[in-house]
Amino acid sequence: MSLLQVENMTHWFGGLRAVSEFNIDLNEGELVAIIGPNGAGKTTVFNLITGVYRPTEGKVVFQGKELVGQPTHKIIAGGIARTFQNIRLFRELTVMDNIRIANYARVHSNPLASMLRLPAFQREEQEIYDRSLEFLAIFGLDGLYDQPARNLPYGQQRRLEIARALATSPKLLLLDEPAAGMNPAEIVQLIDLILMVRKRFELTILLIEHQMRVVMGIAERIKVLDFGQTIAEGTPREIQNNPRVIEAYLGEEETA
Amino acid sequence: MQFYIQQTLNALQVGSVYALIALGYTMVYGILTLINFAHGDIFMISCYVAFFFSTLVISVLAGLPPLVVFVLTMLVSMFFTALLAVVIERLAYKPLRTAPRISAVITALGIGLLLENFMVAFKPVGPAPRFMPELIPNVIYNIGGVAVSNIQIVIIVVSIVAMVILDLIVRRTMVGMAMRAISWDKFTVPLMGIPVDRIISLTFALGASIAAVGGTLYGMAYTIDPYMGIRIGWWAFISAVVGGIGNIRGAMLGGFILGFVEIFTPVFLPASTYRDFVAFSLLLVLLIFKPTGLLGRPMVQKV
Repeated sequence: MSLLQVENMTHWFGGLRAVSEFNIDLNEGELVAIIGPNGAGKTTVFNLITGVYRPTEGKVVFQGKELVGQPTHKIIAGGIARTFQNIRLFRELTVMDNIRIANYARVHSNPLASMLRLPAFQREEQEIYDRSLEFLAIFGLDGLYDQPARNLPYGQQRRLEIARALATSPKLLLLDEPAAGMNPAEIVQLIDLILMVRKRFELTILLIEHQMRVVMGIAERIKVLDFGQTIAEGTPREIQNNPRVIEAYLGEEETA
Repeated sequence: MQFYIQQTLNALQVGSVYALIALGYTMVYGILTLINFAHGDIFMISCYVAFFFSTLVISVLAGLPPLVVFVLTMLVSMFFTALLAVVIERLAYKPLRTAPRISAVITALGIGLLLENFMVAFKPVGPAPRFMPELIPNVIYNIGGVAVSNIQIVIIVVSIVAMVILDLIVRRTMVGMAMRAISWDKFTVPLMGIPVDRIISLTFALGASIAAVGGTLYGMAYTIDPYMGIRIGWWAFISAVVGGIGNIRGAMLGGFILGFVEIFTPVFLPASTYRDFVAFSLLLVLLIFKPTGLLGRPMVQKV
């Protein structure tokens, strides 16, 4: 069943066409990767799907509902979560609070109730606390729950960011270069982590990545962007042998 | 000795009102880096809401217990002042959120002038000072030569309770956590499913309603007039900066420090008219040696 459909999405930044007639149809449970050289418009695609920017043209349909024009927080509450290329944790908040805050959309008590510390409010807070602790345990971060996020080593910050994204209860997870800055051992762990959360949370995943090891290892389909245009699409094997992709990455072969 | 205890009590009374108003400056600054110069005038409006409501209640529903009248007056003033602040934010500040900061600051000054002059021109208010009806009958106790009025105690105790509640909201609740998160990273917050606009409105509402607690208490002890928000607003603003603007506990501390400056200036200097001189000098000296205020931390420039 189709979960996300993006149709002819185009975005201009002033005179620059950052994304041009982008199309994607994601089925439930799929893991699809978007690759392409720097500046190809990959992150812009994520920003357009999550409503950070409004596409100049085109449609984004998630679970049958049009997302274009909806505010970001509603899109997230509707079941899409993302991580960032450069980690964007709340550095001053504790590891625990970084997860708790992602539960915001689930909270129903209003601030007045919070002030009066009503039982319903306290029950809800306790639920969120327990749930967050569970999340941290899944990601092996429960021992660090009271540490400020900024104290964590890089690899664990990445894990925490993925955990935080999942705490918003998404159906679709957008991962923006999760392997950036990781060493080969960490990359192996990351691949396992992605496959584990995908199964455990029944996720559909859209992945931006430069590390071919990650992309070729786990993606079922790959889309290749260059200067905002989709230049190729197919299985990892098809992409590896596609001359246009090789050209975009390595430059045109010299005709001597 | 009694003299100093007496003056300390007076300083706590004045300081708690400054602290309550300073909280509104500091919260809005914390979340939007906007100095809401209309906040002193929002405080003034809260005094008039309390004035009109209590006058009405006492004449229409005579015989209500004083405590009920007092609590009702405070709640009504908190509600309407919060509503006013949210309307001002939506109409005047929100359209300027991406404009240069100076545009919003000038708008805030303009809103302040608008509120002052509207109240002067508005017939039922007018420029003359007013006395709020007596909400709680004034009783003065003499404890070892120190005169303590019950109103003084109510002002100090209610203020401290209000500040503790606010501090709990900001530190413990999801909404408070969201407020702090917005102050660090506006971009990421909506991506956590948090409605930023609603949190900003709530911040204005909280800041205004805690100023209204101060406004109701202030009206019980002093006269009110449409220009009162200027001086008191400035003093509360200095309180927020002295404590470290953006820092909740700093605003409370700063409020009490300014309370002591106000009360003790005439003790050590020839006249109370030196108090503004002392307050602003304190601000200038502090800004030279500790530009982030007493409890403020230096801003880290994000790249």
